[in-house]
This record gives sequence, structure tokens and C-alpha cells, in this order.
Amino acid sequence: MIKIVNIYKSFGDNEVLKGITTEFYKGKVNQVIGRSGSGKSVLLKLIVGLLKPTEGEIYYEDVNFLELSGKELRALRMKIGMLFQSSALFDSMTVEQNVSFPLDMFTNMTHKEKLNRVNYCLERVNLEKVNAKYPSEISGGMQKRVGIARAIVLEPEYLFCDEPNSGLDPKTALTIDELIRDITEEKNITTIVNTHDMNSVMEHGDNIVLLHHGQLAWRGHRSEVLASDNEVLQRFIFASPFLERLRKAALQQEKG
Amino acid sequence: MDFNILYHFGRYLMMINDAFSRPEKVRMYYKEMMRQMNDIGVGSLTIVALISVFIGAVTAIQFAYQLDSTLVPMYYIGYIVRDSTIIELAPTITCLVLAGKVGSNIASEIGGMRQKEHIDAMEIMGINTAAYLITPKVLAALVVIPLLVAIAAFVSVTGGYLAVVPSGFLSATDYIQGARSFFEPYNVTIMFVKSVVFAFLLTTVSAYQGYYVTGGSVELGKASTNAVVFSDILILLFDYVIALALT
Repeated sequence: MIKIVNIYKSFGDNEVLKGITTEFYKGKVNQVIGRSGSGKSVLLKLIVGLLKPTEGEIYYEDVNFLELSGKELRALRMKIGMLFQSSALFDSMTVEQNVSFPLDMFTNMTHKEKLNRVNYCLERVNLEKVNAKYPSEISGGMQKRVGIARAIVLEPEYLFCDEPNSGLDPKTALTIDELIRDITEEKNITTIVNTHDMNSVMEHGDNIVLLHHGQLAWRGHRSEVLASDNEVLQRFIFASPFLERLRKAALQQEKG
Repeated sequence: MDFNILYHFGRYLMMINDAFSRPEKVRMYYKEMMRQMNDIGVGSLTIVALISVFIGAVTAIQFAYQLDSTLVPMYYIGYIVRDSTIIELAPTITCLVLAGKVGSNIASEIGGMRQKEHIDAMEIMGINTAAYLITPKVLAALVVIPLLVAIAAFVSVTGGYLAVVPSGFLSATDYIQGARSFFEPYNVTIMFVKSVVFAFLLTTVSAYQGYYVTGGSVELGKASTNAVVFSDILILLFDYVIALALT
């Protein structure tokens, strides 16, 4: 479990996050949603330690993340996997080398053991026969899957995904979402997904955190979204008149 | 770029401190260092040799012209080419050229990794990115650049020979006699001290420019330019300091 307490973050005079307190649960797909500029990415960067909060505390289980020494921080980070919006695969390395990179850096496995582990992870994300390809030779969806394979290769306890669906067609996006969900449940890890993909929210949001102008606007399960009377949530999720009509129809169907 | 010398100097020192902390896995750093030695050393050999041969040739021709009809013996041309090359031209010109070639390459490579979130990805994996990305480059440069400078010195003296002997300014015997006269081994020490200091400066300054790059392609271009400009300025400044200190 990850808990953040009263987090503030400012860049100069610009206060991006204003006192956010929330929890992200183990074995669940925790989603942070919100409009562009609402502070989702900043929050994720604070949680993984790429930025430091102006004020507040971040707990991984009972450990205060912000009080860790450099050595302890690196040890904790080995338990973290992250999928970047851009996948962040190393261009000059093949898919196999990309996935194997954390193993090369942090384990003393033999080449054969590493290869087995890499192949297992690639199979887990439904990728085969791509070991020798470079990131530029595979599609965006495949790059995301390689990113996931690299993120899980060290068997992390925490998985972070920054907009995993951006730039993907709806079908591929769904596949990536299902993959993230399956891995989360299978390995019982704490997963936090930054997204503004409404399909993803309505299908997989176990614990949804809505940010609005840097503040926590709503929190709940996907089953509570339709019936919620939170205006910010409704304006965000059902942004278009078409989706609003769908929502009303769905509510009527539920009542009927 | 906001130009606050103390801010940049402090951040540069912090980066160096991180870069030279204990590596996660020595074997990975060794592999990367070998790759960098190949890129910096073998990759720069042609340009360094080309420039050196012309520097030697021009120096020899210019001095042959200057010494013509004077009482100074003509074999001094070999001596002058050798010493000016060893003390000044080989280390300084080679490193100025390498600041352009290697420095801009280091800044764009690391800056590109910063922009594509590769550095963030490594940080999250728990890798000390300053150490992994910068140390192998610096160590490779510290080994390879002095070797390049030594080759540059040899090629330059040979260039002087090729310029003045076949053209008839000087006989081969005179040039070789000059090149072997008044040899002071301490000058070679100065050459290596300069090349080590310049190698450190050009790699770390360029890495600094790339490591902290923000923004997009325009900023990356600026970082690459700054890497060359600041490396060149510091090389010239330290050339002066070393000359004061060691001669």
C-alpha cells in the first residue's frame, strides 16, 4: 500500500498540488484521473521520487519514502516498476537487451537465467519473436508491452503506469489495460495508473482518485461513478453530450 | 540558460560527486567504458591525425620562412616544431577539436536520454544515472585522450617533416637533427598533464550540459553548443593555468 499525506507541490509561484491525502491499495488497479494540467503526472513523479514535494509525506507501507537515505532509496526503487507514457525504451538496445537491462544491473544471474526470465516476461505480455528487434522496429502498442515487460522483470511490488493508453487505438488500449490488471492481481502488487482514458476508468478503476486544479475532487470505485453526483467527476468522465446521454440511459436502465 | 556561475558550479560539483560514487555493477560500467573508448578514441583518430599533420606542416613551413636568411640554424625548425607541438599544439588543439566532436556528442546523447525519459526510467530502476552515464565516458576519455594527444604530437612532427623535406626547405638529416636536439622529457609530462586535465574538463562539462537539459530540441541544440563553448573556454583557461604552474 502507498499512502500520501497532505502533499503540496509548487513550481515557483505555481502551486500544482494543494494538500492531497489519499491511499493506493495492494492488488488493486489504482487510477489517478483528471484533466490535463490537474497535477496527475506531478503526483506520480512525487510518488516515485523524481520530484520532491514542497510539503507532505509519502509512505510505502510504513516507510516514509522522503526520509530514506540514498542507499535505502535505491533499494526501494528496485521494488518499483514503471511504464512511461513514451515507453522510454533505450533506442540503441534490442527488445531483449531493454528487458534484460535491470537484470544486468542488479542481479548476478547467468546469461541463460536472464534469457529465460526475459522470455518469460515477453511471453507474459504476449510478445514473441521480437527479442532481436529495436524499439523503432515495433509498433507503439508493442513498445508499451515491452515497457511493461521491463517494468516487471525484477518482480516489483509497486507498478506505476503513466498514461499507458496514450496514442493507442481503443482495441490495443484495452489489451494493455487488461494486461496491467492481470499482472496486478496475479502478483498482488500496488499499481497506480495515470490515465484520462474513460474506457480504462470504467472497466478497471478499483480505486479512482480524481484531481481537479491540484486538489482531490473525488475518490471511489468504478461502480460508483455512474451514480455519483459529484459535478467535477461527471463533467470530466462524461465530457461530451453523447457520453452524458449514455450515462443517463445507463442510469435509467439500472433503475428500471 | 540562466547564467549564474555559482549555481552552475555547485550543481556541476554535485553531479561529479554523484558520478564518482560507488557503481552498482562494475562489469556494466566496464562494458560501457570500452564502448566509449572505442567511440572517443578510434572514432576521433582520423580527424585528430588529419589536423595534426597539417598543424605540423604549417608550423614547419612558417618557421622555415621566418628563419630563412637569419643566423639561426635551419635545423632549429625540427626542434621548434617538436617542442611547440608537444607543449602546446598537440594537447590544446587536439582537445579543442575533441570538445567539438566528442563534447557535443556527449551533450546530445545524455540530453536526448533526458528528454526521452530514459534517465528517469533508469533512476526509477534504482540506477545512479550520473555514475552510469558519465563515469564511463570520463574514464574512457582520461585513458584515450592522452593517447590521442601523443599520436597527434607524433603525427604533427611527421607532418612538419613531410612539409619541409620533400619541398627542399631542409634536408632530412637537418630536420631529424633538430627534432632530436635539446629534448626535455619534462615537456612530455606537461603534455600529458594538459591532456588529462582537458579530457576531464571536456567530458564533464559536456555531460553537465546534457544531464540537466530541459525543454525540447532547441534547448538540446543549445546544450550541445554550450558544451563546446564552455569546454573550449575552460580548456584555454586551464592551458594558461597549467603553463603558469608547470613552466
